[in-house]
Amino acid sequence: MDMTVYAVFFYIIAALIIVSAGMAITRKHMVHAVLYLVVSFLATALLFYLLGAPLLAVFQVIIYAGAIMVLFLFIVMMIRPAPAGERSLTAGRLAAAFGVCGIYVAAALVLAFMAAPEAGRPMAAAAASPFAFGFYLFDRHWLAVEMVSLLLLVALIGALHLGRAGRRNQSERKEPL
Amino acid sequence: MRKWVWIVHSLCTGFYTTLKHIFRGPATELYPEYKRPLPARSRARIILTADPDGRERCVACYLCSAACPVDCISMQAAENQQGRRYAAWFRINFGRCIYCGLCEEACPTSAIQLTPSFEHADRDIMKMVAEKADLQVNHCGKDGNYNFYDHAGVADAFRPKGGHANEAPPVNVRTNMP
Amino acid sequence: MGLWLTGYAILMFKIGVILTGVLLLAAYLVLLERKLLGRFQARIGPNRAGIFGLLQPIADGIKLLAKEDVMPRGAHRRIFLFAPAVVTGTALLTFAVVPMGPDLHLGGRKIPMVVTDMNVGLLYVFAMASLSVYGVVLGGWASDSKYAMLGSIRGAAQMISYELALGLSIVPVVMLAGSLSLVDIVQAQAGRPFVLVQPLAFVIFFVSAMAESKRIPFDLPEAEAELGSGYHTEYSGMRFGMFFLGEYVQIQVLGALTAVFFLGGWRGPFLPGPLWLLAKIVLVVTAMIWIRATLPRFRYDQLMDLGWKFLIPAALINIVITGFVMVGI
Ligand code: SF4
Ligand code: SF4
Repeated sequence: MDMTVYAVFFYIIAALIIVSAGMAITRKHMVHAVLYLVVSFLATALLFYLLGAPLLAVFQVIIYAGAIMVLFLFIVMMIRPAPAGERSLTAGRLAAAFGVCGIYVAAALVLAFMAAPEAGRPMAAAAASPFAFGFYLFDRHWLAVEMVSLLLLVALIGALHLGRAGRRNQSERKEPL
Repeated sequence: MRKWVWIVHSLCTGFYTTLKHIFRGPATELYPEYKRPLPARSRARIILTADPDGRERCVACYLCSAACPVDCISMQAAENQQGRRYAAWFRINFGRCIYCGLCEEACPTSAIQLTPSFEHADRDIMKMVAEKADLQVNHCGKDGNYNFYDHAGVADAFRPKGGHANEAPPVNVRTNMP
Repeated sequence: MGLWLTGYAILMFKIGVILTGVLLLAAYLVLLERKLLGRFQARIGPNRAGIFGLLQPIADGIKLLAKEDVMPRGAHRRIFLFAPAVVTGTALLTFAVVPMGPDLHLGGRKIPMVVTDMNVGLLYVFAMASLSVYGVVLGGWASDSKYAMLGSIRGAAQMISYELALGLSIVPVVMLAGSLSLVDIVQAQAGRPFVLVQPLAFVIFFVSAMAESKRIPFDLPEAEAELGSGYHTEYSGMRFGMFFLGEYVQIQVLGALTAVFFLGGWRGPFLPGPLWLLAKIVLVVTAMIWIRATLPRFRYDQLMDLGWKFLIPAALINIVITGFVMVGI
């Protein structure tokens, strides 16, 4: 098996992802957990970049590491959750958790191989330009994109409605310009 | 619409005002190069003045020491051959002085006075303690012709009884007998 | 292998030059700001260290380095130590995609005047901007101080809100240039700088970028009057210096990006490219100092209103209009 530079990088990054994800789920301190998760997301972005999907990598950073995790951190900081007490994971529970995960991974692998038998081959370093990516997305999957955006719009309007409902009773605050 | 006009107008006024100041030039006076002459009554370093005759004014009455809010004046009173009280030693700790001027207000003889000279900072705090010799000057300070002994009514070697301002010569009480 | 090594050496050289330049410029932008602000307020500004105070940045640097690095009791040690680096690091990294001039040709080799020409350069810039939030949030949180905490909460809310407007305002530029690469965006402005075609986008970008860099009038996260100095209240010595440096590098980033997106980047007659870029950065920074000298700080609700109710809708409308015009033509 020949190890190219890419392969070396791949294994380093993969190890980083797994370790930081593991740290994220085992930390007692919420903020630390969030930070490890951020590290894991950043490493994932690197992996995307390595595999020739720079657009995906950047979106991973902007949306997951940059926006969602900041909101997480924001909430965690604001509500200051009490540190969880000793929640002992018994061997049985641990085994159950690993079992579920194992089955899930196995199923995913089987499905992937069935759908695309060439998935087992090592990936040649390819690069998808943002142009190609966008064209592919909006040409082939425009319906899905539109459905998702509609869903987000509905969520937005719902949030707006909820935000309004609380304020309706209060008299409108007049702002001196 | 009116609101928008108002917003734009006030923004423009603001930016114009700050821009004007760039061309106005700085109003700063560079300190060590240019020392602004301070008013005579500004309060800084303290002196012990002399009266118009050139003798020391302070009569060691302790009033300044009592008035000082930070207790930085200390002295010891004594009396000389001419029958005048004076301070055997007189000490002001400028490390503590807050230049409030209360000592000057309290002084009945105009001896202790604050002057505009403020540049006496030092790295060694012991140098901030001024002794009588450091404080004494040979002029009258702000109060040119006030001489406490002219009004005090205290007889001494220089002014006998009745020799003071607004004072009648002493009367021989026995001659007043009816 | 030799070719690879040469390429590597050139890359390292470019990184070195840009880092030195950016840090030096940051130091002197501080001086420029203090001098100009002084003039705006009818003062002189620093003039003691060296002629015209030109050595002031060096004096400041030595002072910051020599000061004690205090960490409050109860601070989260590692996060506290790490946070300033995030702010400075992300700001410096942004410069990797800013093109400094036209390609050089040296000994038959084409040397692009940019550290890396990513085809997603613009999004990379936003990724760095969104990561710099962590420096603010973690710095404030790890200090274990209520002022720092309030500052970092404000900072997070402000930066997340204005990131949206920032991103949306730049979409028309991408539509016009047809590329996300900063090099291509500069190339696309060969005829006319985009500020002439997209004045609204320019205003929105500039305002929200100022909010991103937390400068007056958007300095709520470090409002001195209310919060000490906000998220970096507890920092001292060079760690504070890192926040400070980060802020000024961010200002440079903002100047460089405004130049690249709207003012034609390094393009300009007579002078070489990097000089034009420098001139444009200084121009933008001067404008920001003028704004700082003029406007008072926003109130929190005004800040949110401006971002969500004005800038974002305006940016969206601008995108739609640009789309219609481009399709129509
Ligand atoms: S100026 Fe005030 S503080 Fe200073 S010696 Fe006089 S009374 Fe004391
Ligand atoms: S109040 Fe005047 S006269 Fe009395 S001790 Fe002080 S300086 Fe001397």
